[in-house]
Amino acid sequence: MPLFEVFVRPRRGLQHQHAGSLRAEDAELALQYAREIYTRRREGVSLWVVRSSDITASQEDDAPMFFDPADGKPYRDATFYELPSKVRGL
Amino acid sequence: MVDAADALRDAQSRFEQRLTRDERVEPKDWMPDGYRRTLIRQISQHAHSEVIGMQPEGSWITRAPSLERKLILLAKVQDEGGHGLYLYGAAETLGASRDDMIDALHEGRAKYSSIFNYPALTWADIGAIGWLVDSAAIVNQIPLQRCSYGPYARAMVRICKEESFHQRQGYDIMLTLARGTAAQKAMAQDALNRWWWPTLMMFGPPDAESDHNSESFAWKIKRYGNDELRQKFIDQAVPQAEVLDLTIPDPELAWDEASGHYRIGPIDWDEFRRVVAGDGPCNRQRLAHHRRVREDGAWVREAVEAHADKTRARGLRARVGTGSR
Ligand SMILES: [Fe+2]
Ligand SMILES: [Fe+2]
Repeated sequence: MPLFEVFVRPRRGLQHQHAGSLRAEDAELALQYAREIYTRRREGVSLWVVRSSDITASQEDDAPMFFDPADGKPYRDATFYELPSKVRGL
Repeated sequence: MVDAADALRDAQSRFEQRLTRDERVEPKDWMPDGYRRTLIRQISQHAHSEVIGMQPEGSWITRAPSLERKLILLAKVQDEGGHGLYLYGAAETLGASRDDMIDALHEGRAKYSSIFNYPALTWADIGAIGWLVDSAAIVNQIPLQRCSYGPYARAMVRICKEESFHQRQGYDIMLTLARGTAAQKAMAQDALNRWWWPTLMMFGPPDAESDHNSESFAWKIKRYGNDELRQKFIDQAVPQAEVLDLTIPDPELAWDEASGHYRIGPIDWDEFRRVVAGDGPCNRQRLAHHRRVREDGAWVREAVEAHADKTRARGLRARVGTGSR
């Protein structure tokens, strides 16, 4: 029985968030099970289920290759730029 | 080029650094076999406890004293089934199979919490279970929210949130009975008498005698000793019993000013060992029921599999909406 990952959108306007996993015979049943398991208390307004095997994930070993290039680029953040204290609305 | 031994050493040291930094281990990370085995054992036994725990309370659903109590109890028992499923799911991220876990339960290779081998004799037992047993479960589970294995820790966060409803509805039943007629109050007292000691045993044997502990601490699966957690439970339960105006069935129970804790009389560990070994009041009944339900439901699982195979064979896409709503 395939493993599915469950994503729940807590409210309209928010993104779906990973809630956990479950096993189901197919996607349609996975959706039914997800409703029973992960949204008994109005935790969400929408559910996604994705076969875990369909997720391509970056590997831990590749983390430096993936994420190091973002290091040392503080100029991408607004706080990098100092403004004269009189300036408003920037 | 790194050879296999170097790669393994690297993975090992990364795993250890992660524990030192209090980071979570995730399913695809390298982990030692012992860590994986220990987790599968603990998580699956935790899952079994949730599911077997549905039986004593489930037996009162049809006999709840009002429609409201019945709805509440149904929701509570359904939650426990849900807890079992979160936990089986977490064990499955480690490569465990559901069938193997259930077989281990049926063959006695895997245990479940000894508390569920006691019967729920009266309606007051439903109050005592929610108040005491769920409170004890919360005390055990709160530190597990910071367990080093990510899926287990996250399942615990979800579970703890739901447990507080369980605890409150139990206390509410006790409060109602304790403030009721003399007979109702006596019923509440009787339930407290029967559930108090088995609840204290839920935390496991004293640390000095408890096996497979030290590794669990090193791996940050366990963070507090059995005695420490038991004490925490006692210190919160005793004043709660006072509010109910019920008596804890322990003549030696006393407040110890110096330590700031309640002191209790000796726990009957022989009883605990007997129940764990299979000789509690309901062990056979609990397992027989679980086996029967699994067998009775086999045709449903087979039918669902057959349907899924047929749908796949026809090349029909499941009627699932994509995107958002
Ligand atoms: Fe639970
Ligand atoms: Fe519970």
